[in-house]
Amino acid sequence: MIEPKEGSLGSPNTPTGVPTTHQILTGWGRTAPSSAEVARPSKPEEVRQVLAAAASQGRAVVARGLARSYGDAAQSAGGVVLETTAMDGVYDSDLEAGWVRVGAGLSLDALMRLLVPRGWWVPVTPGTRYVTVGGAIAADIHGKNHHRDGSFCSHVMSLTLATPTETREITPEGDAELFWATAGGMGLTGVVLEATIRLLRVESAYMLVDTERATDLEDAMARMTARDDEYRYSVAWIDCLARGRRLGRAVLTRAEHADLASLSGSCATDPLAFDPRVLLDVPLTPPGGLLNPLTVAAFNEMWYRKAPRWQPRKPETLASYFHPLDALGSWNRLYGPRGFIQYQFVVPFDAEDALRIALERVSGARTASFLTVLKRFGEANPGPLSFPSSGWTLALDIPTGSPGLGGMLDELDVVVAEAGGRVYLAKDSRLRPELLGAMYPRLGEWREVRDRVDPDCRLVSDLARRLGLVEPAVAPRQPRLRRRSRPRSTAGAHR
Amino acid sequence: MNDALGMPQTAVVLGGTSDIARSVMRGLAARRLRHVVLAGRDQTELEDTAKELRALGIASVEAITWDATDDEAHTALAQDVAGRMGQVDLVLVAVGVLGDQEVCESDPGATASVLSTNLTGPAAAMVAFAQILRRQGQGRLVVMSSVAGVRVRRANFVYGASKAGLDAFAQGLAEALRPTGAGVTIVRPGWVATRMTAGRPPAPMATTPEAVAADIIRGLERRADVVWSPASLKMLFAVLRLLPKSVWRLVPG
Repeated sequence: MIEPKEGSLGSPNTPTGVPTTHQILTGWGRTAPSSAEVARPSKPEEVRQVLAAAASQGRAVVARGLARSYGDAAQSAGGVVLETTAMDGVYDSDLEAGWVRVGAGLSLDALMRLLVPRGWWVPVTPGTRYVTVGGAIAADIHGKNHHRDGSFCSHVMSLTLATPTETREITPEGDAELFWATAGGMGLTGVVLEATIRLLRVESAYMLVDTERATDLEDAMARMTARDDEYRYSVAWIDCLARGRRLGRAVLTRAEHADLASLSGSCATDPLAFDPRVLLDVPLTPPGGLLNPLTVAAFNEMWYRKAPRWQPRKPETLASYFHPLDALGSWNRLYGPRGFIQYQFVVPFDAEDALRIALERVSGARTASFLTVLKRFGEANPGPLSFPSSGWTLALDIPTGSPGLGGMLDELDVVVAEAGGRVYLAKDSRLRPELLGAMYPRLGEWREVRDRVDPDCRLVSDLARRLGLVEPAVAPRQPRLRRRSRPRSTAGAHR
Repeated sequence: MNDALGMPQTAVVLGGTSDIARSVMRGLAARRLRHVVLAGRDQTELEDTAKELRALGIASVEAITWDATDDEAHTALAQDVAGRMGQVDLVLVAVGVLGDQEVCESDPGATASVLSTNLTGPAAAMVAFAQILRRQGQGRLVVMSSVAGVRVRRANFVYGASKAGLDAFAQGLAEALRPTGAGVTIVRPGWVATRMTAGRPPAPMATTPEAVAADIIRGLERRADVVWSPASLKMLFAVLRLLPKSVWRLVPG
């Protein structure tokens, strides 16, 4: 990275400038770099100072947590980026009733290390612990239990939001519009300062995992449909390079939190011990990357064969079941200097053909997706920009160097939109902006709420500019889409 | 904004009627390009190019009269373009003339004119646009250089020298822009069949504007520092550069 330069963000009139460093920023996919002045406030007053200073200089602002969005959501070219990680206090908790009030810059990793030994778990966790609470809210993250427990913001009791005009605490009951616009709002309604989160009681730091193999996509979907409701957590790893009869062959791992009675041996002596380690860090970026169709095909074959056809109730640690990649620090470097794209979409349950088409295209293009994951989502929450909605969700990691990648993903965008689905903005780095309205039909509603709290368009990220989230994209050409005749599900839509 | 695959939503072309530039814009129209400004001398030709690009689905295409040799015009142009487009994602420097080597060798004014159009003017314009990219914190400058500048030939050294100078300038500017988040891509095509080379015999490994445009777009996807077109020229010139003069002067083309 380029040496950050010390700077200061202040006008001649403010005696105390807010210290900033000039940095080039990317998302986790290490693509589309842009530079900004990065400030790192440690208290709410400093956040207000940064917002005011940026406004006086006519610069855009956006918050940045641990930068795990894959694309350009947490950066703002030529603007000010507000790193929240210093606002990581635990302000209040009730470990009988099961809630905590924490700073938005606190990572789920730190939170879990505090909570697990005390018998509590975060109700929704993504595949990495290294996201901030603020980021979890802005992306309205989901985990392997959406079909049972919904997304992160369904467990947020209240949050304090610093908009360009004011700072206030908002709740889903009292400020439904602003709360749900902030859920999945990609930081564009304001800076989350702190949040109160409801917790999940657990008896141990272990999971009981049922593993089974599925011979192809239909088999995987049938198994998930039949028995997902028997488990709190469910996910399928898909071999994205398998073709023909084996298209979509998968390993399903479904789990429950282990109760004390089911533990034995060393697990039973210290059931709530939780101290996951980073076992290996990728110290530099290998020039060509190490992940290509050959290495990935070899890995996939090994991974599929190694999985048992059926194995019930095997104890695993929380870290091993939920966050296996966290053991490998900076794994994103393995994709090489050109970085990678993460493509995640959801399509309704009766649009399995769209899912099949997507897998056929990816595997047909020999696009080496190192990690392809299939999950089922339950009902959406009231957030207009919140990604999860009832249906199948597939997530792919693809190196940017794959030939014809742009065209292939552009076609998939249309397949997804025509099926009544959408692409996840926290992962997006190249979506066709014209399709945003079709994928998020309540976009207009979201824009109205946003425009009220940020009338001067101070909160702008590269994602917002690229997709026209804040202002309409440069003269968008309206695409002609073939729509399914079945009406979109409106269950869960906010009234 | 440029996306993760290096695809721009907005672009300004300096030398807006260039055949290669037109092919690049055509290729980008199929991706994310929605707003283009074409800057050049011939307003009628610019308008024709604009019409063609609009028909390809680029929603907004504007033509601005601009003379590369007018030192005073560059800052105003850059600011005008930034005002019209918001973010300037791509600046394509495609202005240049082949010049007449024979005429130049007996006419200092003609020589100065070629160097002004091909080197001094574009370099000054690049400085103006670099200011915009610096302030923006993102963006890409694509500069049409040439293999003729990699090692000059007796047969066209005025043109070759102007490209050699522009190439070196672009390399320096690339380093200067590194900390800003913006980048520079230098394009070194071989002999291309365009209106600029019309009527002349093609050199070995001749190529077309479409092929060069495809290479440039692939270069954008890779955020490449240098694009050779065709790619095999890179290896070839690594060798040709090292030939002793007595051999180099015998190489055809």
